[in-house]
Parts: sequence; structure tokens; C-alpha cells
Amino acid sequence: MSNAQTNSSNIILEAKNLTMQFGGLKAVDQFSFSIEKGQLAGLIGPNGAGKTTAFNMLTGVYMPTSGEVILNGEILNGKKPFQISHKGLTRTFQNIRLFKDLTVLENVLIAGHQHVSYGLLDTFLQNDRFEVEELKLRNKALEILALFGLADKAFENSCSLPYGEQRKLEIVRALMTDPKVILLDEPAAGMNHSETHKLMDLIAQIRKDFKLTVLLIEHDMKLVMGICEKIFVLDHGVKIEEGNAHHIQNSKKVIEAYLGVDEVH
Amino acid sequence: MQDFLQHMINGLSLGSIYALIALGYTMVYGILQMINFAHSDVYMIGAFAAFYTARILGIENSPGFSTLIILLISSMVACSLLGLAIERFAYRPLRKAPKLNILITAIGVSLLLEYSSQILFGADPKVFPEIMQDSVLAEFGLVQLKISDITVLGVSVVAMLALNYIIQKTKIGKAMRAVSVNARVASMLGVNVNTVISMTFVVGSSLAGIGSVLVGMKYPKIDPLMGMMIGLKAFVAAVLGGIGNIMGAVLGGLLMGLSEEYVVAYFSSTYRDALAFGILILVLIFRPSGLLGKSSVEKV
Amino acid sequence: MKFLKQPALLAIGMICIGLILNFGTNAYIQLTSLFVLVNCLMAMSLNLVNGYTGQFSLGHAGFMALGAYFSAYASMHWPLFSGPLAILNFVLTTLGSGLLAAFAGYVVGLPSLRLKGDYLAIVTLGFGEIIRVSLLNMDFVGGARGLSGIPSIPNLDLGFMVIEHYMVSFLFSTFWFVTCFFVIWRIMHSSHGRGFLSVREDEIAAEAMGIDTTKTKVRAFVLSSFFAGVAGALFCHATNYISPSSFNFQKSVDAIIMVVLGGMGSMSGSICAAIFITLLPEILRSLKEYTGGIDFRMVIYSLSLILVMLLRPQGLFGQTEITDLWKKYVKRSN
Repeated sequence: MSNAQTNSSNIILEAKNLTMQFGGLKAVDQFSFSIEKGQLAGLIGPNGAGKTTAFNMLTGVYMPTSGEVILNGEILNGKKPFQISHKGLTRTFQNIRLFKDLTVLENVLIAGHQHVSYGLLDTFLQNDRFEVEELKLRNKALEILALFGLADKAFENSCSLPYGEQRKLEIVRALMTDPKVILLDEPAAGMNHSETHKLMDLIAQIRKDFKLTVLLIEHDMKLVMGICEKIFVLDHGVKIEEGNAHHIQNSKKVIEAYLGVDEVH
Repeated sequence: MQDFLQHMINGLSLGSIYALIALGYTMVYGILQMINFAHSDVYMIGAFAAFYTARILGIENSPGFSTLIILLISSMVACSLLGLAIERFAYRPLRKAPKLNILITAIGVSLLLEYSSQILFGADPKVFPEIMQDSVLAEFGLVQLKISDITVLGVSVVAMLALNYIIQKTKIGKAMRAVSVNARVASMLGVNVNTVISMTFVVGSSLAGIGSVLVGMKYPKIDPLMGMMIGLKAFVAAVLGGIGNIMGAVLGGLLMGLSEEYVVAYFSSTYRDALAFGILILVLIFRPSGLLGKSSVEKV
Repeated sequence: MKFLKQPALLAIGMICIGLILNFGTNAYIQLTSLFVLVNCLMAMSLNLVNGYTGQFSLGHAGFMALGAYFSAYASMHWPLFSGPLAILNFVLTTLGSGLLAAFAGYVVGLPSLRLKGDYLAIVTLGFGEIIRVSLLNMDFVGGARGLSGIPSIPNLDLGFMVIEHYMVSFLFSTFWFVTCFFVIWRIMHSSHGRGFLSVREDEIAAEAMGIDTTKTKVRAFVLSSFFAGVAGALFCHATNYISPSSFNFQKSVDAIIMVVLGGMGSMSGSICAAIFITLLPEILRSLKEYTGGIDFRMVIYSLSLILVMLLRPQGLFGQTEITDLWKKYVKRSN
């Protein structure tokens, strides 16, 4: 493997032998990887390879059958999803899970709740602490919304947004939690070519601005090759390859895994 | 010891009635993933149907096997029709609605049946016709085998065997199982889901009808609110066994009947009704999928 | 003290209504007005759980029962203050009722709120019934006979004038009504309230965004139980008699009907529905003469429940508030 010798102190997210078993089926089998601070990594693989399952284990939605998830040197196993979010690991969902009946702004504000320090009593007293924090939260939310061109839709119902914007809103919402690492599950699904490229530029941009580490799942191989610095390939739950774009493109195993799929079509 | 055996007989006969009603809950849940709150009131209507049939035919005071059959059939027919109507007019329009709305509708249907029955039949209890002369069939020491208990057990076993035959062997039964596994795929494979759901309500409701006649025979007082408590207990039985699981409903029903009988016999009868909820709460906290149910993972 | 401005305005409005009721109507209407306030408390608090947090509780009457029995028993057996300060007893017992019910809400909520939808509904129903059956078996609170002779809230002697006990009861209930309204209203317009809403909308997404869904649900449940307990206390001092059957499943269903009819997630809806549902039997009383004494009330309730679900599942108000309509009107006229 090309970049196996990395400085271990720089590693922010690490998985060791992550395994998820549903009945007799191993959805993910002994998956290990590590991502360095500030890296933009990609997780690819054919349909049903176990990518989303891996995300679910990383974020605590599923309890791994075995293996460990380590964020900044701290083991996350057994922590609940909200605790993992508080630690700075957040995600978006492949099958968009917005708070449908709430406005765009409310969706984003909810993600900021973990940084709110006022209590229930403060809301009743309507004191300065409440008002200052509410205002701060709101400004921050509007700022991030503006970055994604959604500020003028802040008061619209989130389910009335077009599909592409709903995906963007998912990212905005995740950013509002002040993450260190963000996991994007097919952020460009359903977007056309130019939209996808704009989104990828935007992701590269926010990675710099927010000092983020990004791990994204994507179907579009070319796209992943274009922007990801490190790529992991899953097939049938097993990691078959990892490395930079050049390495992946020339890997026989990867080509086989994908061609096997292509032949079916 | 003889005491213990006597209570076991009583408990089994009570439990098999719970099981019959629990089957209706579990079948509907298996297919629609909803608690049919109105099921207990379908059961109540079954009792009244039998009551009025007996009165019209003038067989209130002529116990015997033919009376039993006639009342069973009348009650089953009434319950099936009612079940069909409820599904068609209240539940079907809401099939894609949020679960909460369906639950509220089910509660609404239940209340509607209870209170319109109070107006139609009167709120006072009525005496159920005598179906079998209740004499002691056999006696072993102090343990009595009564005709009513034997009848309850016999009818329940026949009904359950018939249900088993329907589900395992007939075409509609296979379709029911297919729909309960995956309704969408079943419909793609040519199963008419609406028909299957209707049939499920028919079968489940007829079982409740049988249950109501058996209860009427054992405890011959019927009133419009009679379904409430027994319905809840039957529901608890279904959850205890693992809701959606046919064998589970039978097992849960028998366990409920036995435990209730023993609690009343050896502890106190005042907590009889709280027992069911106690069991329910324990099951849901420690084993939410029930004794025979499988737990499921929510897809993200 | 600016946080008191809106509550004070609402309270003044309510007091005006109270004065009209006090001097312009008879004891029967006055008693009904107290029931209206009690039911408003029940509906608003249940709306917090069923409407805003998206959980389905069917045992609200159980918490009301706890509150009612506590306040009744305490005011009969532990009179701490006497003479002109006697009103303080009621302040304390009502607060105690709320706290007791809130504690029960915590004990019930912690294990059962892991369950979803139908299951939660059944378990809360079960807890409600267990509370009722337990009361039925407690001899020191009268068992099935119930408790009678519960003291009313007394006249208030201010030295220069005496406020009659109805008016004191009304003021006292109004105080709780206004408190409940603004506590819930202000929470719902804060980050904590948005947390409640996120649990209703999508629990998995809420967790991923850092919302502790269990804690949020338990909080909603505890707060809701608190006000149900207070409602129970107000109820027992208004009727002077309670028995376990005052708090049966029917009572929980009444509260559900108010919330569903008004629109789950609308406070104004809950309040309007509570007023409507409390007054309906009084209106139907005259109808009874034509139907030969048959009570169609419950048939109408249940039918309207089904019809609302089939035709307007979001309830009469949906999630909008009266103030939203006002805002819309202002916007249009500008």
C-alpha cells in the first residue's frame, strides 16, 4: 500500500476490524482504515458493498458485532449517536432524513442545540442569556445557509425544497454541529453533472474553511478520483483496496469488482 | 395439588379464549403493522349477535350441541362482516397515513362501537343464553372436569387447527404469509393485497366471534363494554408471545390465562386486571419482541 | 421583569372573564368554567407529548389522578396554615401534586419511552390503569368509594375586602393556566422546543445531529405529567369529590380527543378544543330532551375522531397558532 507509513499522531478517525453481522450475513467484514486530519477520503464500492452500514457503525446507529471505532484516540464503541455527534463526528443520510415539517432554518438550528447552554428556566424568564444565544445560533445558521445559497429559503418548509437543495441542507445541518469529521453519504446522488461539480468544489471549500476531515461515499468513480486524496474500496463487505486515485484506477481487484457489476447491467 | 390441577384446567380454558382473540390482533398486526383497537369491540358485537340470534330463534333455553353451532356461526358471520366493514371504511383510506393517525382512527372506531352499542342494546348487562348444560363431566378427587371447560377447550382447539390449515395449506393462507413478509413484493407477484387484508380481518374477526360465544357460555353476562378488558388482555397475550407470530399468540394466551388464574387463586383477585399490564410492561421492557418474536433492525 | 409582560396581559384578560362569570352567572356555569381551565391544562400538557414530541401517551388520566388524590388527601389531613393564610395550603398541595405526578412521569417515562407508537400507547394506557387499580385498592383514600368532603379553595380575606371562593378558585386556576401556557409556549420557541420537534420528525436524524432523544422525551413526559398533576389538584378542589372512576380510560381519551381535534402541535388548537369538548355535553343536554335521554356525546366524539383522521388528519388547527393567522393578516394588509 502506497501510504501505509503515515504519522500516527495525525490520525483523526480510525476503524479496526469493524464487522457487522445481520443473522448469517456479514454486511461488513473486518474493515480497517484510518484517515488523517484534514484529509478528504472516499469510500467506494458496488451496490450493497456495505458502505452505508460502515457509516452506521461509525456513527453509532448500529452497534458493531466486533471491532473498534476510534476518534482522536478515543474509542467510540457503545456510545450513542448523539454522544458521537458531540465528540465531533457527524453525518448526512443517503435517503435524505430532514425534519420535513420544519423550516429550513429550524432544521439547521436543531443541529446547533448541542452548543446551547441556556436551560429551560432561561427560556421562561426570556433573559439576556437566552436571547443572546438564540441570536448567535441564528446568525451562525444563516451564515452557513448563505454559503450554500440557501439563506433566502430559510423560512420555507424543508420538504418543499428541490431534491438537490435538500441534499445541500443535509450538509448544512451537519456543519452546524461544529464537526471535526463529517461523513457524507452520497451527497451528489440525483444531481446532474454540473451540479455535482459545483457541490464537490463547495465540499473542497468548506473543508478548508471549517478545517474539516471528510469521508464521503460516492457512486461516481470519476468524481471520487478527482477530489479524494485517499480512497477505500469495499466489495461484499470486505476492503479490497486502498490508496490514492492513481493506485485505485490501476488496481486489478477494483476493476474486477466494478466490471462484475457492469456486466449485469 | 388437586387445587393446583383444578386451577390449571380453569386457566387453560380461560387462556384458550384469550388465545382466540389474541390471534385476531396478531394476524392484523402481522399484515398491517397496526394494533386493531376495535378488535375487542368486534368481539363484543359477536356476543350480542349470538344473544339476539338465540332470542329470535327462540333457543335461549334449549341448551345443546345444535345451539352451540348455530350461535357460533351467527357470531362468526356478524363479526366477519363488521371486521370487513371496519377495514374497508376506516383503515383502508389511511393505509399510507402515519401510524399515529391509524392508531387514533382505531381508537375512534372502538369508542364508536362501544357507545353506539350502549345506545342500541342498552348499557345494562344482559344474560347470555344457556348453551350447554353446565354439569360436571368427570371428577377426580376434588378436581372437576366441567362440560363448559371441555367445550371451550374443544372448540378452541378445532378453531386453531382450522386456522392452521387455512394458513398453511390454502391459497389465501399462503398469500397472507407472503403479504406479511413483504406486501410490496407480494403485490408485484400478483397477490391482491386488498383481498388478503380483507380476508385477514374476516378470519381474525370470526375467531373473536367464536371467543365471544365461549365467554358468554362461561360468564353469561354481556354488556357493551365487555370487550375492553378482555381485549386488552388478549392484546397483552399477543405481545407476550411476540406480536405478528401465530404460535406466539396461542402460547401467550395460554400463559395469560394460567397466570391470571393462579394470581387470583393464590394472591389477590383485586389485582387481576393490573396483572395483565404488569406482564405487558415487563415484556416490553425486557423482551420487546415477545417470547417467539424476532427483533428487527430499523433501516437507515 | 419584561418576561412577565405577556403573561400579565393574558392574566388581566382572564380576570375580566372571571369577573363577568363571578357576578353575571350562576354557580353551575362557574363550576363549568373551572372544568374548562382544568381541561385546558390537560390538553396543553398532553399536546406537549403527543403533538410536539410525537410520542403517544394514552395514560394522561393516571397522572391527573395522582395529582388529584395527593392534593385532596394533603389538604384534608395536613393543614399547615389556618385562618386567612389557609390558601397557602392549596398552593403547596397543588405544587406537591404537580411534583408527585412529574416524578411518576419520570418513573414511567424512562423505561417506556424507548418504545414507539402503538407500543408506547399501550404501555402508557397500562400505567394509567395500574394507577387507577392501585387507588381502587388503597383504603386510606377510600378505595372504590372515593374521597368526599375535599375542601374547596376558601374565601380570601384581604382585610379591606373578601374575595369569594369561586373567584379565588378561578384566579388560582388562571394562574396555573397562564403558567402552563407560557412555560410550554416559550420552551417551544427555544432550542429545547426544537429538540422536542426533532424527535417527532425523525429520531435517527435527531440523534445524529446531537439531540439526546431519550432525555428529550423524558423531559417532555415529566413536564407534561407535572401539569396533569396540577390539573388533577384543581379538579379535586372544584368537585370536592373524586373516585378512581373519575380517572378511567375515558378521561385519557377525552384529553386525546382535545389534542387531536385541535391539531397536534397547536396550543391554540388544544385550548379551543378543550373549551369545545367541555362545553359540548352542556350543549347536548338540551338535545337529550329530543332523543329521549340517550347520551349521544360519546358517539359524536368518536365519530368526529374518525372523520378528522380521514378528512383532516392534521386537526382543525394543524400546527398553526392563532397568532400565525394574525401575522398573516398583518402581512396582507401591509
